[in-house]
Amino acid sequence: MANPSGKGGNGVDPEGTLDSPFKIYDEMAAIKAEYDQKIAAGAPIEEEARVQYPPYRSSILRAPTKDPHHVDPEGIELFTPAFGHHEVAAIESDLTIQANGEPLGERIIVAGKITDSWGRPVRNQLVEVWQANASGRYIHKRDQHPAPIDPNFTGVGRFFTDNDGNYRFTTIKPGPYPWRNHSNAWRPAHIHFSLFGTGFTQRIITQMYFEGDPLFPLDPIYNSIVDPKVRERLVGHLDHDIMEHEWALGYRWDIVLGGGSGTWFEPEGEH
Amino acid sequence: MSERLPVTPGQTIGPFYHYALLNREKFNEVVAPHHPDVIELTGRVVDGLGKPLPDCMLEIWQVGPDGKVPTERDSLKRKTGHFTGWGRTSTNTDGVYRFFTLTPGSANGENPFFAVALFARGILHVLRTRIYLPLSDDAAAKDPFLSMLPAERRQTLIAKKDEYGYRFDINLQGDDETVFIEFN
Repeated sequence: MANPSGKGGNGVDPEGTLDSPFKIYDEMAAIKAEYDQKIAAGAPIEEEARVQYPPYRSSILRAPTKDPHHVDPEGIELFTPAFGHHEVAAIESDLTIQANGEPLGERIIVAGKITDSWGRPVRNQLVEVWQANASGRYIHKRDQHPAPIDPNFTGVGRFFTDNDGNYRFTTIKPGPYPWRNHSNAWRPAHIHFSLFGTGFTQRIITQMYFEGDPLFPLDPIYNSIVDPKVRERLVGHLDHDIMEHEWALGYRWDIVLGGGSGTWFEPEGEH
Repeated sequence: MSERLPVTPGQTIGPFYHYALLNREKFNEVVAPHHPDVIELTGRVVDGLGKPLPDCMLEIWQVGPDGKVPTERDSLKRKTGHFTGWGRTSTNTDGVYRFFTLTPGSANGENPFFAVALFARGILHVLRTRIYLPLSDDAAAKDPFLSMLPAERRQTLIAKKDEYGYRFDINLQGDDETVFIEFN
């Protein structure tokens, strides 16, 4: 199904297709209808993205076809890589001051709390973020979207959660951008998050979206999380307590890291 | 707290992560390539047509040669030369990844492995696996995890020794599809 027309592919996505968007939407609707039937029949809610989700064309040849094996975490998997505060500069949590001038776009603050599924804070742990600029362009040599690069915005940040698991960073609201999954395909605005929990079992990469984005129903990556309530967990919400007077809008996005039996590893030293 | 909180699901890393996650230090050098005990851990990641993935990110996390979990905090800057046990790299245009590291040891007789997290465009949430060092069939049959797997699938988790260290290929699909794991 990848590249069925033989015409797809460009620098952005060599396996891109020019499939009709309506074909993609029909496939997404069929998967959702089948899921709703299963739920109505008493099946458990799916808590993660489908690994195999054919409307996301790149998953067809890359997603494993066999079920994963369930194991108890052992040894190293119960711990998490130790990153030190001295390794990340404070300035890296403000993506708007990393160049000589102010980036263009809507300045925002994103903040929230990272916990495990028992509600215990993920303290002093590394968070990495990256995103497109306000025009929907990434600083990446393979991003060929003809939207302007902003010389004052790279869209890369790193920071640590505090002692209560809270994080906070300042950035520019990213723009939506086109991609080559199908014809006229656009990703909803999002920020990529790379997260380390209290064990290797909790290591995930995900994306935060913005509430009310009209592209949600059209996006195969967002809808690969088939349950609407589950995918809404990826949506940041406007929060008055985070907004700053005459300065920035604020969005709250709390993160819960699952995975593993929750063996508690308290980081030690230096913090 | 008795009620468990709903867990945040993962999403794909996408194609454009290099400048954010790999633009600084040489994260694939868990130890310097000139370290006297260095080994190379290398292999190729391929899709369902056997085509190499040129845009796959891998992380390893491992114990030291003494079998102990490293607690040194220098994984990002890598200025001290301490062994932190954490590495990150991406595959090249041939789908090949390469780490310079030390051989993980065993503190209590367990079979040593590298914990692996794999991310790529087309992979909707993290894939996890283990790379075991070569071991005898007898040892594999006694291992609490490996022994649960059919013999032919077990082989997908065992590295091969070569001149410079260990080789471990990852097949995302097909007859030799690598075993991926989820934690209980």
